[in-house]
This record gives sequence, C-alpha cells and structure tokens, in this order.
Amino acid sequence: MRYLPLTDTDRSAMLEVIGAPDVDALFVDVPPEARLDGPIPGLPLHASEMAVEKHMRGLSKQNLAAADAPFFLGAGAYRHHVPASVDHIIQRGEFLTAYTPYQPEIAQGTLQMLFEFQSQVALLYGCAVANASMYDGSTACWEAISMASRITRRNRVVLSGALHPHYVEVVRTMAKFTGDSIADARPALQAQPDNAGLIARIDDQTASVVVQYPDILGRLPDLAEIAEAAHRHGALLVVVNTEPVALGAIKSPGELGADIVVGEGQSIGVGLQFGGPYLGLFAVRDPKHVRQMPGRLCGETVDADGKRGFVLTLSTREQHIRREKATSNICTNSGLCALAFSVHMTLLGEAGLRRLAAHNHQLACRAADVLSQVPGVTLLNPAFFNEFTVLLEGDARNIVRELADEGVLAGVSLGRLYPDLGDLAGGLLVAVTETTTEEDIHALAAALTEKLA
Amino acid sequence: MNAPNKSGWKPAMNAEGEMMAVSATYTGNRALMLDEPLIFEIGGTDTTGVDLPDIDTPASSRLGNLARTAEIGLPGLSEPETVRHYTRLSRQNYAIDLGLFPLGSCTMKHNPRLNEKVARMPGFADVHPLAPLPTIQGALGVIYELAEWLKTLTGMPAVAMSPKAGAHGELCGILAIRAALEARGDARKVVLCPESAHGTNPATAAFAGYEVEDIPATPEGRVDLAALTARLRPDVAAVMITNPNTCGLFERDFRKIADAVHAAGAFVYCDGANFNAIVGRVRPGDLGVDAMHINLHKTFSTPHGGGGPGSGPVVFSQALAPFAPLPFVERTEDGFMLVEEENLADHHRHSFGRMTAFHGQMGMFTRALTYMLSHGADGLKQVSEDAVLNANYILRSLEDVLHAPFADSGPCMHEALFGDRGFAEGMSTLDLAKGMIDEGFHPMTMYFPLVVHGAMLVEPTETESKAALDQFIGALRSVAKRAIAGDESLKSAPHFAPRRRLDETLAARKPVLAWNSPPQA
Repeated sequence: MRYLPLTDTDRSAMLEVIGAPDVDALFVDVPPEARLDGPIPGLPLHASEMAVEKHMRGLSKQNLAAADAPFFLGAGAYRHHVPASVDHIIQRGEFLTAYTPYQPEIAQGTLQMLFEFQSQVALLYGCAVANASMYDGSTACWEAISMASRITRRNRVVLSGALHPHYVEVVRTMAKFTGDSIADARPALQAQPDNAGLIARIDDQTASVVVQYPDILGRLPDLAEIAEAAHRHGALLVVVNTEPVALGAIKSPGELGADIVVGEGQSIGVGLQFGGPYLGLFAVRDPKHVRQMPGRLCGETVDADGKRGFVLTLSTREQHIRREKATSNICTNSGLCALAFSVHMTLLGEAGLRRLAAHNHQLACRAADVLSQVPGVTLLNPAFFNEFTVLLEGDARNIVRELADEGVLAGVSLGRLYPDLGDLAGGLLVAVTETTTEEDIHALAAALTEKLA
Repeated sequence: MNAPNKSGWKPAMNAEGEMMAVSATYTGNRALMLDEPLIFEIGGTDTTGVDLPDIDTPASSRLGNLARTAEIGLPGLSEPETVRHYTRLSRQNYAIDLGLFPLGSCTMKHNPRLNEKVARMPGFADVHPLAPLPTIQGALGVIYELAEWLKTLTGMPAVAMSPKAGAHGELCGILAIRAALEARGDARKVVLCPESAHGTNPATAAFAGYEVEDIPATPEGRVDLAALTARLRPDVAAVMITNPNTCGLFERDFRKIADAVHAAGAFVYCDGANFNAIVGRVRPGDLGVDAMHINLHKTFSTPHGGGGPGSGPVVFSQALAPFAPLPFVERTEDGFMLVEEENLADHHRHSFGRMTAFHGQMGMFTRALTYMLSHGADGLKQVSEDAVLNANYILRSLEDVLHAPFADSGPCMHEALFGDRGFAEGMSTLDLAKGMIDEGFHPMTMYFPLVVHGAMLVEPTETESKAALDQFIGALRSVAKRAIAGDESLKSAPHFAPRRRLDETLAARKPVLAWNSPPQA
C-alpha cells in the first residue's frame, strides 16, 4: 500500500514494545460479534495509482465541462477565469496540509492570510468586520438570520420573493427546528423587484429582512429604501450576494444600509466544482455586533518580543469553548477556498476587479441585445449586472434540455428552480461572464432561433 | 580563494577582538526566516496581476442608479509579487507535508496527491451544479459510488451526502432524529452527551432545540452504562456518543448502550470523528448506531486546508433513513437522477428538507472516492490497524515519563491520552506544547478532552513511519522531562518559531479584525 510506511519488520518490533502478540490484540475491546475477520465483503481490493486515475477519468468524461460548450449557467454559481497562480498557491503543502491555526506561532501564514481575507471581504461588502468564512452562501444566509434573531430578540423573518430558492429551502428547514417564523413570498416575473410588497410585510415583530442583491432574476433592488423601512421597525437588513464580481460595479450592500451581509464567494478563485466546496462570506456593518457573529475570527496582536502577529480570537463565542451556549455549532470553515478567494482578489486588486466587473456587464448587455432579437424571446429586466432573465415562448426547461443535447448549455430555467410554479415556466436565467465569447452568444441565439421557430 | 568582500561588511568584534554573533539584520529577516508585510502595505489599488482581452462592443451601463461610485480600497499585486507574498506566508506554517502532526481527534494524515489531480479533472472541477442531468452523469456517478462505499463500510442502509462538514453532519443527524420523533408525535426534550464529547455535540443539540445533559464516565474513561441507563427516561430524544471515544478508547458497552437507548424509545447518534480507528474492521451498523457523520477530511484523507473545507456525509439506520435531507442521487434505468424538492412526493416525502444549496462537497467526494479506490477493503483495514498500532506504540513508549490516565484501561485505539500530573509546579501542558514547537513538531491536541487535567491527546495516524514516530517519541520524552524538572526556559517557548508566544488577551480585549480599522469595543 503506497500510502502506508510501516513494514512488517516495523510492525513486529512495535508490537514487541507494546507487549501485544498481534494487532488483533489491540482491538480486544471491540465485542466479538462486531469484529470482522477479513476485509469487508462487497468492496474491491486496493488498486494502483494508474488504475484509480483511469477509473476516475472515465467518470469525469461522462460530464460535459463548461469549457467544452457555449455556457450560460449561473443562479448562484458562476464560471469565471481563475488565474493559474491561484491553484499553484493553494496546492502548496504548507497551506493545503495545514490545520486550523490553533498554534499561532507556527501558523502565521494561514492567520495573516485570514486577516487579509477578512479585510478584503469587509471592504467589498462595505462592512466593518468579516469573519474567516462559512461553508457556503446558503448556510451563511441562515446563520445571518439566526444572528439577527439573537440581536433583536425577535423571531419573525421576512424573505424577499427573489431570494435563491435553495437558500429559501435551507431557511425553511432550519426554521422548522428553531421556531423562527418565516414570511416568504414567491417570485413574480416583473421587470422591477417588488420593494413595496416586501416593505409592506415588515412589522414590529420582524427580526430580519432578507434580500438578495442582485436577485435571483438578476434584478437590482434598491436596498436603501428597504434598509430604511427595516430600521424603522427595529429589524435588521440581511443582504445576500451570490455574485461577488458584481460588487466591482454596483454599490456595496453596507453603503446602502445593510446590517449583515452574507454571500457566496465561489466566483472569485474557487471554480464551479459541481456545487462545492464553496465559500460562505459573512460580514457586519456595525462593529458592536461582532460578538454575536458565528464562525472564526482572526485578529491582530503582538508576540512576546512585540512583533505583530495574528491569532484566532473572540473564541468565547464558539462551540469548543461555549459548547451548548455557542453562537453556532460551526467548527470547520472553508479555509482553502478563502485562500483561493484572497489570492485571486489580490491578483485583481481594485483596478482588476472593476475592469472584470465592467467586462462582465458589457458582455451581458451585448448578450441581452442579441438574444432580444430572437423571435419568441423577451428580456424581462431592464437593469442587471451579468445575469438576466428572458421569457421564452415555450417551456424553458424543456428547451434547455434539448439544447444540452445539441451541446449548448443555455442557462438555468426557472422551471428547474421553481418546478411547481407553472407561470414561471417560460423563464430562463442567462449568465454571462468574461469567459463567454461573441461566438458563444451567437451560438445560443442561433440555437434558440431554431428551437422557437 | 575567497571572493573579495565588496560590501565592506565585517562581523562585530568585542573588546577582546573576538567575533560576536550577529544579533540584528538590516531587514529584520534572518536568511530563510522572512517576514512579510500585509497586502495592504505593499499593494496599490491601481496595480493588477490579471488582464482581460479587449472587447469591441460599445460600453453600456444598465445598472440603474446603483453603479458604484465610491472606491473600494482593495490592494492589488502583480503576479510575481502575489506568488512571492503567499509563498513567503506559506513558509510560516507548519503542515503535514513538513512533519508529524499529532493532533488528537483531528486526524492529520498524509493527503495523497492523486486525489488532488483527480479533483481537478475538468469533468469534475468545471461542471455546474444545475446543468441538465444527461450532461452530469459522471458527477452523479461519483456521488452514488461514494455513497455505496460509505454504506458498505458502515453497514448502514442510507447516507445523506450534502452536509458540508462534521458539525453540519451532526446537525443533519440530530435533525433527522427530531423529525422521526415528531413524525410519531413524540416530542422529547433532552439529548445526553458524555463529558468527554467534542464541543460541537452539545452545540449541535442546543441549536436543534434540545436541552443537553452530561453523562458521567467511569474511572477507566468509558461511558458509565449504569448512570446512562438510569437517565434514560421518556424525555430523552437521543444519546450522542463518540466511538472510539475522545479518551482514545473503544466503548466496549456500545451495543448494550444502543439496546438500552432503543428500548427507551430514543436514538443513538455516533460522532464519527474517530471512524478512522475502526474503518474496514468494524461496521457501526453492527453496533446499533442510528446516525453517524463521517468526516471525509479525517478518515478519507481530504486536505484540511488550514481549516476547511470539510465534508460530513451522514449514514442512517432504517429507522431514520426516510427523514434524511435532500438532495440525493438515485440510480434508475435511465441513469442517475437527483431526488430534490420536486420529486420528493414520489421518493422521499418524510425528508426533513434541505441543508445547503446544491449537492454537497463534490471536490471532497472525488478525493475521498479516489482514496477509497486506492486502498480497497484490504487497504482500509490496514489503515485502521496501523493507526492503532502507531498510537499504542506512542502510549507504551511514553507512559513511564508522562501520566497516562487510562493506560490500564486496555489498548488505546488511534490516539493516546496523557495528562500533566507530575509536572513541576508552574509548568503546564501549554508549556510542553510550545516546547514541542521548538523541537520541530506541531503540538498535540491540548486541554481536550476536558475529563483529564492538562490533557494531551496524541494521534500519529497510519501515514507515519517508525523512524518518524521514534524521533517524535524522543522529542516528547525530552520535553516532558524538562517540564517535570521545572525547566524555566519552557515557559517562554517557542524560541525558534516565526513568532514567540502571542498575546491572545490583547487580541480579545481590543479586537483588530480588519486592516486599518480602529479596535472594536
């Protein structure tokens, strides 16, 4: 076995030191009826590196990679170019095979990176403090709701109708067990987000109002008026962002009055990876809320010689100290994805991020114009960043499936996201990034033209 | 011939004309010990390491009134500066790739590089989670195949693949238990956890709305069966037990515990953090477990990455399987399909719901499956045997210098537990741990489990050679003897790390959590 260094000679010598006749004697506390004599039946035996790679490559080839097709899928997971140096750096063993930095004297690499990451996220979100990451956007969203309920000592949650349906499902699932009452709404195919309807649902029992920005249909809700309404009722505004690149082009949620900003960081550095691992981002605008935050926080301090250094801090919020009184049960975060995000963001910098965002927006505008010319296609939203909704004359889900057979990955149909809402069946979400080419846009337009004729 | 010394630098001399050690350098660095500023101190908002092709469509803006006007303040670096920045940072980290990483309960084993290669295959890394099913049959196939492995290895009939990490898996298990109890109209209030439990266990139970009560341990370090049985009244929903437990011992009475719990109408949650001690040799299903999470980043070698991402699939007994969360993969005549909200009614109407967007940690699934295929059933059995052998070797090689509170409780499993009894007054486990840093090792898990004073939990894993173990044992013996003798120099250790002891009190009292921000109140 190529990963096991002990030889039989070693094993015998070690058993002698231990004073055990054989290795079975070390498992003496396992009751006989639960002990297995040989390898577990029903599984293959060990295989060479070459054989395993071949097997896995076979499975890999049964998927259509985004790079191999005109590709327009988004809805909370976006394909962006990740610079080669990002993957090189996250594969350095000192990052890849390090543990959570509980021994700060020999973990300054990870800790300084986390401090930089927190600072980058806080700036991007327009917030004071960000944590060292959560599992993903959807779980970060629930944690934000949970935190808002702790702060306000209320438990009514108002969800925007245009919050990602998977995020809504996660919230519904968790609320069943915590007793939070969820006031949700269904999305409607309107050109503008229904801010008035949302504001009308906020009352004096509301703990948090949760709004996605840009929303699931790609629209851009004006957060400022929602923040004002939430605050008037003593509620907190939680803003969810699933496309961080957008924040290079549009105002930050913090700037518009959000209290807690959470989101999916996958777009920067992480890649599609069939949905995970992703990167939950979590930040608060008001520093006084820091002690109610979930997850790990890295802070600056000095060592015994007075040199600057970094440590995990405020851990009295966390499960390993507070046990059943912790702010969350979270333990592992998404450290390596946070590193990928931070490296990519460092490569971009302000200038690069703004250019990237402008580039995405410009290509998306181009795609919207080209697709709008296709008979049977209507553009829903006048304002968007890099993803918009078009209405097709026909069942968009079926059309997406048929186009996939022809090698075009056309986007995410609303039927895929909202299978039980028949009136949304014509909706198709189209995401455009810097990886999209003019040829891709025309390939999609041509395929839709043929399909809708 | 010596090269001429053009710089004119010469070593400092004392009054007697003897060469003195160089105590300071111009840069503050010392050869390969390189400090690195923050990106905010070296980068600029107008610098970038990324370029994009020009596009020839006219610029347009459809951002409504929300176009960003304010500067963000994000510093950028060119590619060479970026690579150097992170490479310099990386060298201030300890890692498995550098040496033995004896963190008890955390399982720091070698991360095979084939796993990394496979996870980056375009068919896995560059696939969208919402792509049409016919285009993702291989990805669904990975999830299905891994699920089959996990069910077979644990002897359990069902598995939920979506939980994102161990603690998320614990929550998944406890929510399924609560859903099952509610389905039979049996609201129960209490979850029992041993005193030695991981902190996530009580935190999870509390999050799911349960009151948590401790179960005492016997003097030999195992769950007190009599005390547990006495507490099994009708208000108990579940018992959460780690097996092997956090004292490194197999719970001999596990089957009896499970039978008693079931007889009381409650469920058995097993914390699978230590599954690596028994994988391939013992199936938790044979012990009466109802739910158990499996940390793929522990038992199945996916990298810890400085704190994640993890992955925590949960196996279920027949009684809990109907309540497992969405989504999961089923095999049909037409290929693999996803069971989600829309086809719930036909397949899985008792599911307690969805815990995360999309389908789980695919990047970890490919790595774990690669690891399993590499080892096979025989190799995995060897994995747990070598892990247990290595831990017992450490236990018996050190018990004459370090207090081993449960040395008489039988063999340990994959980790050896020591306490601080016998240290000189004023010497602590922390001092010993920091002394191990100077010896070139990451310290063991400290002050956990809570049931042993000054606990030190040592888990070598199966991927260490005997030579590496012998060096570690020699180092730990040496530092332990210094702690027993009261060597004051340990109090200020580490002396040779990139940083000396850090002021954690200052960090917590005046938190500075972002660049250029005032300390938070």
